[in-house]
Amino acid sequence: MNKSTSNNAISFESVRYAWGKQDSPFLVINDLQIAPGEKLFLYGASGSGKSTLLNLMAGVLLPRAGSIHLLGADITRLSNRQRDQFRAQHMGIIFQQFNLIPYLNCADNLRMRIEFLPRDQQQDAIAQIPVLLERLGIAHVAQQQAHQLSVGQQQRVALARALLGSPRIIIADEPTSALDAGLREEFMSLLFELLDEKTGLVFVSHDQQLRSRFDRALDMQAFRADSIAAANTSEVQV
Amino acid sequence: MMRMRLAGKSLLNRRGTVLLTILSLTIGILLVLGINHLRTQVKESFNNTLSGTDLIVGARGGALNLLLYSVFHMGSSTHSIRWQTYEELTKHSQVKWAIPLAMGDSHKGHRVVATTPDFFTHYAYGKKQQLNFAAGKSFAGKYDVVIGAAVARKLNYQLGDKIVLAHGIAEVSLAKHNDSPFVISGVLAPTGTPVDNSLYISLAGMAAIHEDWQSGVKIPAPKKESPQTEQKKDAHEHEHNHDHDHDDEAHHEHADDHSTEEEHDEHHHDHHAHDQSLSAIFVGLHNRATTFAVQQQINQYTGEPLQAVIPGLALTELWQLVGSVETAFNLIAWLVVIAGLLGMTTSLLAGLSQRQREFAILRSLGAGPWYLFVLVILEVLLICSSAIVFAIALLTLLLWSLQPWLLSEWGIQLALNFMTSQQGYYLLVILLSGVVLSLVPAFNACRRALGDGLVVKY
Repeated sequence: MNKSTSNNAISFESVRYAWGKQDSPFLVINDLQIAPGEKLFLYGASGSGKSTLLNLMAGVLLPRAGSIHLLGADITRLSNRQRDQFRAQHMGIIFQQFNLIPYLNCADNLRMRIEFLPRDQQQDAIAQIPVLLERLGIAHVAQQQAHQLSVGQQQRVALARALLGSPRIIIADEPTSALDAGLREEFMSLLFELLDEKTGLVFVSHDQQLRSRFDRALDMQAFRADSIAAANTSEVQV
Repeated sequence: MMRMRLAGKSLLNRRGTVLLTILSLTIGILLVLGINHLRTQVKESFNNTLSGTDLIVGARGGALNLLLYSVFHMGSSTHSIRWQTYEELTKHSQVKWAIPLAMGDSHKGHRVVATTPDFFTHYAYGKKQQLNFAAGKSFAGKYDVVIGAAVARKLNYQLGDKIVLAHGIAEVSLAKHNDSPFVISGVLAPTGTPVDNSLYISLAGMAAIHEDWQSGVKIPAPKKESPQTEQKKDAHEHEHNHDHDHDDEAHHEHADDHSTEEEHDEHHHDHHAHDQSLSAIFVGLHNRATTFAVQQQINQYTGEPLQAVIPGLALTELWQLVGSVETAFNLIAWLVVIAGLLGMTTSLLAGLSQRQREFAILRSLGAGPWYLFVLVILEVLLICSSAIVFAIALLTLLLWSLQPWLLSEWGIQLALNFMTSQQGYYLLVILLSGVVLSLVPAFNACRRALGDGLVVKY
């Protein structure tokens, strides 16, 4: 393990991922380093393997080979339970839509996150709830059922939830794709406003207009086993 | 705490299927609790029908048959016993008391039992509870009748009412003795035993009903209306009304009469019941330890073929006969519970695929497979315990509303409190079976959690 690996927020080394029982890898990530506090824009069309990459980062899926370090810890060596705890403690995840449990109210959706935080962090996180609701302008809908909220409100509640407990890594999977232009701008502004410089962000989107806000942009194609092979072939030809 | 809330809200969210699941479980649990309660109560009241009587003596035949007709007033004796046997029995050194019973008549579907006033002193039910008069007193005269509580209530009879007793035991008897009206001298307090549904008359009264009947055929009027017999009858009644404590002595006198008169005056009926044949005799002993010995002696009685049964043993034997029906009912109730539990498992299992998104969200927040596993089990516990609560509430309501009807129609006194330790044990078994069955959807949720990623494909 080199020095940069242990310091980085996310580090993928020689990672191979294949679906189910298939032999040939689907994703090949030889070296992906995301520095602490770095805001990374990951773009690619649907089916490009974004979801798989996010599942690998979140420790929900395990690679066939290679190591994935999150905040210095090799999560491929952790037990299932430890990985779940790690995710609860250090990662905030926002999906494209349907982020909330529909039959719980907005406040309970936030409390669900606290349920999985370590006990000593729970009190602080509870204190954060009203602050976050206020900053995101959703304090007035706190007692409403999630399914009664507008999509824009739902995404803001999801953002608030991701930020609870001050995780060091935020993973956002096309969080704005369900929003119209105005709401999208609003959401992006809030996101960058609320993220401090210590918190890393991996933002997946196919909307290239958003990339200007980020420190760095990466094409998903770079990690696709088939496109790597194609690139190698073309290099040989040249 | 949050998980409990989540489980509850999740169930509420799926209330359509969940309510149906709870309903089917409720019905099953209701059946189990209800049938078990009914069984316990019926058995109790059944075993409480007769107490304090050490032996029931009847003509030789089935022990159950004897028990049925003498105690439950069901069916009839195939053979009768002679009065003489009764008299000999009373002379036995171990016999404390003996009550003769003669049956075979009815009044509007209720059995009429001819006996002696001793019946009201010695007959006991439950925990040696004696019969009490709600109104009036024991029969004194030949045409006095004491009625059970249910008879009084159903037919709306009161003290002093005149009623007509019929020969035979059919509900609608064609042969009615319109000429022998009986007067209600006493109404018994409710007992929850067949006594409530019976009428009691003196043996002389029964003889009077039959006095103009031979083999069920009415004998032409002129013979019975002879002035001589009429006179005698009046005299007799007078004697009874005069002092009914004197009754026993009167019996004795007539018994003596009877033995001499018997041969040459078989048709002379109004001289009391002493030539009357009996259906059964209830016997109380001085010392219960001698029960088996006395039973043995009675069974070997040479005068006529007799049998003596010990009520407790016979009741147990009879209950075992009823027991198979009870087992069948129980089986059905448990099958309904099992169907309900299987239905619950099925609906939970089917619901899992619809809850994939829900689980993905929880997984993204850090929920492990174990969390989802326990969540499913919690839901099952909530479903089962609400079904149990509903079943208990419903059964309480049912018992409360059906109690009066059951007592009046069936003579079954049902207690409202049906929760016994056995019932609690049943509920625990149901709850645990629910949990065991829910392991299937719980494991399934677990497996999905590990296999599915965070991003749900639609």
